[in-house]
Order: sequence, then structure tokens, then C-alpha cells
Amino acid sequence: MVTSLVPTEDEVMLRDAARGFLQESSPVSAFRANRDAGRTYDSGLWKEMAQMGWTGVLLPEDAGGSDMGHRAAGILSEEMGEVLAASPFISTAVMAATALKGAANDRLTGIADGSSIYALAVDEGPKHAPLRTGLKAEKSGNAFRLSGRKVFVADGAAATRVLVLARTAGSPGEAEGLTLFDLDADRAGLSRSAKHTIDERDHAQLDFDAVEATGDDVVGEVDGGMAALATALKAGQAALSAELLGVSAGAFGMTTGYLKERKQFGRTIGSFQALQHRAAHLFSEIEITASAIANAGRMMDESPEDAEIAVSIAKARATQTAKLAVSEGVQMHGGIGMTDEFDMGFFMKRARVGAEWLGDYGYHAARVAAARSF
Amino acid sequence: MASFSDDLDQFRSEVAAFIAEKCPQKLRDMPANERTICWGGKRFNFSCDEQRIWMENAAEVGLTAPRWPTEYGGAGLSRAQEKIFREEMAKANAPSPLESFGLWMLGPALLAFGTHEQKLKYLPEITNGRVRWCQGYSEPGAGSDLASVQTRAEDKGDHWVVNGSKIWTSYANKADWIFALVRTDREAPKHKGISFMLIDMEAEGVSTKPIKLISGASPFCETFFDNVTVPKTDDEGNSRIVGELNRGWDVAKHLLTHEREMIGGGGSGAAGGILGSRSLGAFIDTLDETLMDDPVIRSQTMELEIDTLAMGMTLERYKDMAKQGGVGHASAMLKYAGTELNKRRYEVLMSITGSEGVEWDGEHGSLAPEWLRTKANSIEGGTSEVMLDILSKRVLELPSS
Repeated sequence: MVTSLVPTEDEVMLRDAARGFLQESSPVSAFRANRDAGRTYDSGLWKEMAQMGWTGVLLPEDAGGSDMGHRAAGILSEEMGEVLAASPFISTAVMAATALKGAANDRLTGIADGSSIYALAVDEGPKHAPLRTGLKAEKSGNAFRLSGRKVFVADGAAATRVLVLARTAGSPGEAEGLTLFDLDADRAGLSRSAKHTIDERDHAQLDFDAVEATGDDVVGEVDGGMAALATALKAGQAALSAELLGVSAGAFGMTTGYLKERKQFGRTIGSFQALQHRAAHLFSEIEITASAIANAGRMMDESPEDAEIAVSIAKARATQTAKLAVSEGVQMHGGIGMTDEFDMGFFMKRARVGAEWLGDYGYHAARVAAARSF
Repeated sequence: MASFSDDLDQFRSEVAAFIAEKCPQKLRDMPANERTICWGGKRFNFSCDEQRIWMENAAEVGLTAPRWPTEYGGAGLSRAQEKIFREEMAKANAPSPLESFGLWMLGPALLAFGTHEQKLKYLPEITNGRVRWCQGYSEPGAGSDLASVQTRAEDKGDHWVVNGSKIWTSYANKADWIFALVRTDREAPKHKGISFMLIDMEAEGVSTKPIKLISGASPFCETFFDNVTVPKTDDEGNSRIVGELNRGWDVAKHLLTHEREMIGGGGSGAAGGILGSRSLGAFIDTLDETLMDDPVIRSQTMELEIDTLAMGMTLERYKDMAKQGGVGHASAMLKYAGTELNKRRYEVLMSITGSEGVEWDGEHGSLAPEWLRTKANSIEGGTSEVMLDILSKRVLELPSS
């Protein structure tokens, strides 16, 4: 059993500080401005996050980190989700930082000071499936030669470094024989093409054409890549769930605000019971999901090796709740909710991308079922 | 009285040893169901001697009311200690030593609104299982609109005369006392003329009539008051009214909040039952291994398992929040979501047991009656729709029409 899911004083302070900063520096209008300018993220905002210690949230102090932990990373992600602040935070500060925890200090300081942007390249098809990795890393002497394609690589276009999962033995579907490589993003033979996704963030396809790597580039053990990656994936899934909770809360806040001001039939529409009950149901779903998010963060901090079920409950719940929040958000706003001029659509599109990234509802539900022995 | 350590690790071993020693093995070997619940009271028939022994042993150290102060018969435990106690009981497969409306409802009301003397008089006889209480709230004309209660108590100087009828009084025919909402001022606005009164079920003029439900059981009664005399103060000088005269609605609201948390948490006929501490998946494994090949059942079951686990975390979170300063009207969320979830759970259980599940007392025991019973979960203690009203008006602050 984890410690209480109620936030500590430090956590309350962290949330307040993050909220204050993001409302000032990165309101939803900033996301719109970035979208209109074709920017997938704001590098100035990223630098400020680094200065505040957010990029080092999971890194030890001797690597320049602030070592606040996964629950703290979740709180930051949630606040970013609420205002749709786009950044490579989850790819870099959460997943890469976790995967590289045992690596050389210079890799970590690059993350902590914000100079490195990492992308994690795992999936090769339209659904998250690390074990189905087929991208080959052929051994030639002391080196490896990587060939194949990775898709839906978050922050893949802006990344300065890429963590890529490759097959050094066995065949797709097997957990053994996978190796994790840490490569600079401009290595010869690696081409990256940005995909224009509905959430307007950075997603890329990465093509590896005989990309050279050495033993120094391997994270963890050769053929034991999943051991190095498993905790990082869980950390990313926990943080992404928190972001989706924030997306839900953001959409919900807009919706209840609208219910209190919009008038039809000579009444404020929030006085109609049909809408009140939809809003109250949504509130309940968000509250329940918030518990799962807090629990996942606590488990990652206190007992990461046992955290899989907690993380999957969080991601499964967050996916469904965000879907409900944005659908209800559009419906309760009526026609204006369908317009680009209004922000609700941004929440809907981010929720859809977040639903797929790092495992959809079915992927995580199956993991819960397996852990609960059915 | 034994006292337990404040150190949580030490407390865990102490309380585990207590359960091992004081809860008879035979009781722990019995499958838990409606019949094994220990209700206590003057007229209670213990299902076996061991049930009585465990109740008395637990009451002796206050563990029938773990959080209540020791001076009122509780064990004075912290929330963390109580959690540990419940965990250790589950581990040892020990049943709850005592359940009752006194523990769930009247006790919390007295602790919040009663005088020190009222607490000294009524609470210990609840914790030691000697007096069983029932709740007199709803009336035929006052369901969701509870504040329109018409049962009236007329002021006759040194006593009240009570007339009227209550409905849905759980186990009124087995209870020793009733705490009831009665109208003591018929001129005042409806919320302002109600008092929270304690009435002896043995008093002249009180009668009960069980109501048979769709589940075949009769846990609820109609309770009639026909010129019932209720003294204003008892022999020790204690008032028969909890809180202030005509301010019973405040007590009722406090209790309703409490009841909502409890029903949401799976008390009062909810959950547990056929599953016990097993997961849905583990239960299904005992049925037929091909069941999970049905993609619809598999998918419903997985969703239910996720939502059940998340709801469990939410209950814990809200309990901790309540301890730190209260959750207020948001407890309506627990009631709404918890009961709707429990209904879903029993629909799935009925679906996976198929034709075996539709027998009154077949292979799966009382599954069918339990399933039918869950339908009341989202009605009793405020319907789901009333809960959604409370959430929208009090928590989301949406406008009234």
C-alpha cells in the first residue's frame, strides 16, 4: 500500500507554482499562436522549464537534477495538460531520464540543463507494441548497423538524441533479443520526417538505413533492452496519464464556465438538469481518474518494479476520461465547440493522440487483466 | 483494556496477534455472506457461539468501533491504524466483529452533535453490541424529498407524543431503538421544524411491518407510531433529542453525507458478497476457463476490474481527505459512482454465471438475490439523480433554474 494519495504540502506548492507559471507563460492562446506559426513547441518555454528544475525532475542532484520524483513529474504533466503546453517534457525529462539513470553523467546533465532533447523510438505500427520491434541492429565486429523504420516518434523531429529499440536477436513478438541504443539524432543514415498530427505537436517517422552504432551507444545490456526500457515506459505512461487528466480538467473547466454564462430559452443553460447531470457525471469520472493518477505516481516513487498495474489503471482510466471530457465539452458548447476559433477542439485532438501514445485503452486493460490473473 | 502501540509496524503485529488469538478459527473458516454478519442487539440470534465470542472479544478492547474514543467504547485508533486493522482482518479472513446502524449512523451523529452525557449513555451499548438501532428517515410521502417528513411530535410538557409512519426502516423489526426525523414545529419552513429524536422500539404504540422485496428478502419495514409517548429527558436527565430542537435537519444532512460515503464504499448490502476478497478474474477462473474466450465478457470484465480498482483508490483518497478537513458535498460522488459500479459488477456476475446464476439458491448461493439487492443501492440514501443534483449545485455551483 502506498502512502496517502492526498497531496503533501510540497506537492501543493509545486502545483501552485507550476500553475502560476504556465498560466502566465503558456496559456492555451500561446499554443494557438504556436499552431498558427507552425511551431510544434516553444524552445523558450523549454529553457524556462529547465531553469525551474522541471527537466531534472527525475535526475539526481549531482547530475544537475532536482530529484523530485514521479509524482512531482505527474503534477507538472497534469498542469501542462490543462493549458495544452507543448514540450518534449515526457520524452526527455521523464522517459529518457529514467532509461539513462545509470548512464554517464554528461548524458544526464544535458537533460537537466535542457540542452538535450530526447525522442524515444519504439513503435513500428499503428499500435503501441514494444515487443513487436523488428528494426534490425546487425552486429559487425564491435559495432552494430541499424536498419528499419520507427513511426509515431514523439518529439522525433526536434530531438537532438534518439533512444531506439532495435532487435539484435530473436524475432518480432519476443521479449528477448531487444537492445536499446542512445544515438545522436544527426547520425549518418538516420532520416527523420515530421508528420503533421492533429494535435500539432512534434511526431516523426524515423528511417534507419545502415546507421552505425557502437557498444558505447548501448543502454543496459545487449539483448536485454526491455530491462532498460520497461521502467522508462512506465514512467512515461504515468506522466502521460497525468497530462491526459490535465487535458480532461482543462476541457471540463471550460465547459462548466460556459454552462454558467451561456443563455438560451431565457435561462442560463447550466440550470438545465439534463446538462447538470452530464457535468456531474463527468466530474465523478475525473475524480476517480485523479486517484488512479496519484496512485501511479506514488507507486513509481515507492516501488517502481511493482508499479505496472497501477500505471496501466492510470493510463486506461485517463484515456477514457479524456475522451469523455472532450466529447462532452464539444456537445455542451454546442456549435461553437465545433469551431477552430474556440479552444475545445485543441483539447479533443490532444486527447486522441494521447490515447494512442504509449499504449491505448485495450493495451493497458489487457495488462491489468493479466496482473489480476485473467 | 489492552492498549495498542502507536508505532504502525508494532501495531500491525499486535493487532494480528490479537485477531489470531481472539477470533475463533471456526468463524474464520466460514464463508462470508449476509447470514454471517453480526448485528448485535437484545434480540439478535448469533449464527454460532464463535460469532458472539469474537464480538465480545473485539468489544472488550474497543475494536468494534476502532476510531471512536476509548471513553465511549471505541479503540481510539488513528486512520492509519484502522486501515491496518482491516487489512489484518482480511488477511486472517476474520469477519467484521460487529456491524450496525448504531456504528454507521447514530454513533457518528452523536459524536458530532451529542452531549458528553448522551455519548456516555448510548455509545458503549452500541460498541458492545447490546443495543441495535434502526434509522427512521423516509416516509411514504417523503422519499427523495426527505425534508417533507410529516411524522409529528407534539409537545405535551414533559414529553412528546409521536404520530406518523416511516418506511424503508432497515431491520426495524429486529432493532431495539430508532433514531427518527420528526416534525416538532409545523409552522416553520420545512427544513427548520424537524428534530432528530431517539425512540425506544418497545414503547407503547410502536409497530413494524416487514416489506418483501424483489430479492425475496425483507430487510426493510414500515414503522408506525400511534400516540407514542417519548419522555423529553430520560432518568439520567439526557435529552431524547440529538442536537438542537428543530435543527434535526443539520444532523440528518451530516449523517446522509456519512451514509453516502459508506454506501459508495460498499457497505449496506453492496459488493463483497459472492466475490469476497477475490478479484472478478479469480472468480471467473473458478467457473469455466472458456468463459474468457467470449470477447464481450472479457472486455466488460476488464473494464470493470479497472474501474473497481480506481474506485477503491478514490475511497481511500476521500477518506484521507475527510480526515484532513472534509470532502463536503463531494461525498455525493462516492455514493453515485460506487453504487452504479456495484450494479454494473452484479450485471457482469449474472452474465458470466449464465443459467446457473438465475436459481434462488443454486450453485452460486445468494448471487441472484444479491444482484436484485444492488438495484436499491442507487436509490437508498439518495438516488443517483439526487446525487448528481447535489454535485451540480453544491460542487460545480451550476445555477438553479
